[in-house]
Amino acid sequence: MKVAFTLNGGAADWTGPPVTRLAAALRDDLGLTGTKIGCDAGDCGACTVLLDGQQVCSCLVAMGQVEGRRVETVESLAQPDGALTVLQKSFLVHGAAQCGICTPGMLMAAQDLLRRTDRPSRAEVEDALGGVLCRCTGYGKIVDAVLAATAAQAPDMAPAPGAAIGARMPRVDGHAKVTGRDLFGADAVPADALWIRVVRSPHAHARFTLGDLAPLRQRLAAVLTAADVPFNGFGIYPEIKDQPVLADGLIRYGGEAVVALVGDRATVLAIRDREVPIVWTPEPPLFGIDAATAPDAPLVQADRPKNLLLDGGVRHGDPAEAFARSAAVAEGVFETAFVEHAYIEPEAGWAQRVGDRIEIHATTQTPYMDRDEIANVMRLRPEAVRVVPTACGGGFGGKLDLSVQPLIAIAAWKLGRPVALVYTRPESMVATTKRHPARIMAKFGCDAEGKLLACDVTATFDTGAYASWGPTVANRVPVHAMGPYAVANVRSWGEAFFTNGPPAGAFRGFGVPQAAIAHEAMMDALADKLSIDRLEFRHRNALRVGDTTATGQTLVHSAGLAQCLEALRPHWQKAHREVAAFNAKGAPRRRGVGIGCMWYGIGNTSMSNPSHMRVGLSPAGSLTLYSGAVDIGQGSNTIMVQIAADALGLPASQFALVAGDTDLTADAGKTSASRQTFVSGKAAELAGRDLRLQILRLANAGESATLSLEGATLKVRDGGTVRSLALATVGPLIGEGTFDPPTTPLDANGQGVPYATYAFAAQIATVEVDTELGTVKVLRMVAAHDVGKAINPTLVEGQIEGGIAQGLGLALMEKYLPGHTENLHDYLIPTIGDVPQIECLLIEDREPLGPSGAKGVGEPGLVPTAPAILGAVHHATGVRATRVPLLPHRLREAIVALKGNVG
Amino acid sequence: MLARPHTVLAGGTDFYPARVGQTIDEDVLDIGGIGVLRGISAGVAGWRLGATTTWTDLLRADDLPPLFDGLKQAAREIGGRQIQNAGTLAGNLCNASPAADGVPGLLALDAEVELASAAGSRRLPLSDFITGNRRTALTPGELLVAIHIAKPAHHARSGFLKLGARRYLVISIAMAAATLEIADDEDGSRVVAARIAVGACSAVARRLPALEAALAGATLDHHLAERVDPAHLAPLSPIDDVRGSAAYRSDAVFTLLRRLLLGFVP
Repeated sequence: MKVAFTLNGGAADWTGPPVTRLAAALRDDLGLTGTKIGCDAGDCGACTVLLDGQQVCSCLVAMGQVEGRRVETVESLAQPDGALTVLQKSFLVHGAAQCGICTPGMLMAAQDLLRRTDRPSRAEVEDALGGVLCRCTGYGKIVDAVLAATAAQAPDMAPAPGAAIGARMPRVDGHAKVTGRDLFGADAVPADALWIRVVRSPHAHARFTLGDLAPLRQRLAAVLTAADVPFNGFGIYPEIKDQPVLADGLIRYGGEAVVALVGDRATVLAIRDREVPIVWTPEPPLFGIDAATAPDAPLVQADRPKNLLLDGGVRHGDPAEAFARSAAVAEGVFETAFVEHAYIEPEAGWAQRVGDRIEIHATTQTPYMDRDEIANVMRLRPEAVRVVPTACGGGFGGKLDLSVQPLIAIAAWKLGRPVALVYTRPESMVATTKRHPARIMAKFGCDAEGKLLACDVTATFDTGAYASWGPTVANRVPVHAMGPYAVANVRSWGEAFFTNGPPAGAFRGFGVPQAAIAHEAMMDALADKLSIDRLEFRHRNALRVGDTTATGQTLVHSAGLAQCLEALRPHWQKAHREVAAFNAKGAPRRRGVGIGCMWYGIGNTSMSNPSHMRVGLSPAGSLTLYSGAVDIGQGSNTIMVQIAADALGLPASQFALVAGDTDLTADAGKTSASRQTFVSGKAAELAGRDLRLQILRLANAGESATLSLEGATLKVRDGGTVRSLALATVGPLIGEGTFDPPTTPLDANGQGVPYATYAFAAQIATVEVDTELGTVKVLRMVAAHDVGKAINPTLVEGQIEGGIAQGLGLALMEKYLPGHTENLHDYLIPTIGDVPQIECLLIEDREPLGPSGAKGVGEPGLVPTAPAILGAVHHATGVRATRVPLLPHRLREAIVALKGNVG
Repeated sequence: MLARPHTVLAGGTDFYPARVGQTIDEDVLDIGGIGVLRGISAGVAGWRLGATTTWTDLLRADDLPPLFDGLKQAAREIGGRQIQNAGTLAGNLCNASPAADGVPGLLALDAEVELASAAGSRRLPLSDFITGNRRTALTPGELLVAIHIAKPAHHARSGFLKLGARRYLVISIAMAAATLEIADDEDGSRVVAARIAVGACSAVARRLPALEAALAGATLDHHLAERVDPAHLAPLSPIDDVRGSAAYRSDAVFTLLRRLLLGFVP
């Protein structure tokens, strides 16, 4: 069918089957990849465009219905010269785009609204944007950006030379994100690429045999099976390569990859699973910790006795003796579910063979680990693998494991043609890692004055079918399980067991959010027992500089929890007064206030995790930061430039950035563990300083000299003298910096220095519980975070607000159930109407090791949120949630049970 | 074309989500472009809502009486704006999901559906049209062309409440719709007739005749909610699923109905 329509103001012709989705036609046939596909089911709104001026999901529009109509996409907004609309500029200035994958959809939904309403209210903005999901921002900055888009143009936000650190500088990659030009994993696939469709197991546990694949092979370029994978095992840890790229006769979780069909795109996508000859012998699956630890449990991995991945803990002091002399003791058991990352960009990428090297362009959080892992799977040298990260549409830990990479690499290597693989949303959900379900048994004791004396925590994790980041979770949690408090007598234990669940991996916080639910419930319980205010109880016990942690590490700098609590205290008292006044009315809706605290070790646990950064100044005068740190939306591209700029002494606006490409950058480690600002930022600072010192030496100038770059001439002003360096004659200059945070291994009792520094935070939640329906509405959050130094306050707030949104989801709605919630309408993440207004209080207790005193903030935003919300629900209703998510039916049942007990 | 098995496509909001990652190779009849199927018209006896009338069309129909307020409240709860702009009333009925947000409101309006085929046309009460989870009374070659709503004998208002686990884009855990016909006398306002329907608590949304009978003749005051009795929920058969337990649904519907009725009290 031929379809003639108006596209972004011009005439467009398109020919194809009329049931083709508009989103697919725009992206695949008309070259407009600014429209993103997050689900193909109308659940996420990323593909929102305007059809005859009304917002629609372009994934739900048949091309046959577009005839004669008007389509507007994100590409229509900016001028051809790149000049932004007021709305786009407002998104930039407010930090409304983080990863940017939802940004085109948000912009088009807002455009629809602003054409109808000059000055919309907050509620109108929420109604208009309610159909677009964002997983990064927590929505607040998006709403602010739309509300402000009717105002006069914002001033230019470029910071002055030497003043980049601390400035609310717009993201350096922001222009591309608000214009739809940023290229994500699925956006720049070569036209001649072959495609892969992966055939996955419908069973969680099964044996299988493959039938005759020859007929399929005749229709396709290749049909890959386990036999085609040179080394069929991958995994995060060098000694645990337990996950096959393609299963070899045995399925350990539902959705595991079995066969990869490679061929022309339309052909591979048209082949149904039933056409692939696989003979299944299903076996009973092992689900949950209890099944995995039963005495007669079958083994998920034959060489893993008792299904145990690993265990270990921290022992300090004499908990038994301390419990015996405690004036108050609290105990509880808390359980959490699998949680899905639900980044709006499904995994995607393509690979091509270049001579005797393989090149992978894919969405990832960790190009260097990918490079080494792909080399290992393919039995190539790491130097033979080049990883070029595309823009990453959200990661949160879920893009630290390989997904599409090994299959596209193997196929492209074999076939000598580019090969692409783009996961569907259900595929992304079934195939990739999840947050570890946990059972946390906690017992805390304190003296009569409320000083903590003892802590005993056992954290048991369901690590799913393969190890992934399970060891990291099981190691990190015992260090953090007592919470951010000084406790002299500690026993904490972490253990992880294999099951036939999806592999549980890294997810923002590595198990610490689960543990925080337990330790914060214990703080509330002890405070209540002693009739001490919950905030004051925490303030009394907060770890401070000079305190020694349970691992025997004395904190010598930057432990700002007490300052966070002091900043929150007036908000806490005000919230209590307001809640009491509301509840005095006696309505079925009751309000409550809760508080959660956390600490978080920045970087790897007791393991080296260095970053290397380079700043280059070319003979032509181009200044480039070569950063191996991948920006997954959190803003490290901007942070690194800000830090390097001030260290060098030139304006951030003069920097070009080369990021992530393993051929062009040095290894800056992975984007995880809240480490990029602290570790890579320090390396960027050292690199900038190194280049500065080289320049000062060349100019024979002193440390206080100022630099200016004018074309190919570098001017160095030192007191009254100005020296001009002609860069063409000086030759290329490269500043280098390396930083590896100082840690020591933990001994058998968990004693040592696991992290060089810790972030601290406390958050207050105010909630309203509908006691008759069991629903919880979070009305307000106030978050105080000790970040050391906020390099870019807008980006820091963005991390906190986005973390809070995910913490809210963890507390109230997110539960991944294999086989049941494998899409974004059965698996619920917070929408724009669920995340309350958030006030961020930035505490800057400087960490001398960090760049300008900065620490990390990526994960800390999420950790205290669920405890604060659950504490507030308890305050409102008397119900202490022991299982999350606290779905309406669970809360209502608990309220009824509590009333029964009381009555 | 109609003789062959085919799928009808209108707004696409249920069609495409059921085909994620699949090549669409079935026969499709696209009725999205047929102008006469879309739009709302009023006659002496009542209103005709064309099959492909979208939820946004309904929301923008300013001349509809308060009888339609409940259906409009439901329209605002369907997906996000994108879905309301594309999704059609008839699509919501033909998809026949137990959690279809449009069905309780239309049941409470005593809606009839008009079905047309080459052999002619017929009308069915909506309650006879949806026969089960994802099942309807449509015969091969038949198309739902319009929804008819008769004018009530008395002044009537309607309301709708939806319970979900988040604010937008949420599949209902339970929902309730009510239409009350109201007459004024010297003692105030009185309920002459009531039509109550509950969704997501049975394979097909159900009217609650015992509650309707209990409300007939009631004074429109804050005692109205007290007429709801758990026994009125007998037609429902809620299930346990990822969104909630069966017991919770029964409990929540009781609350929703009470609140819904209180919403009618001035």
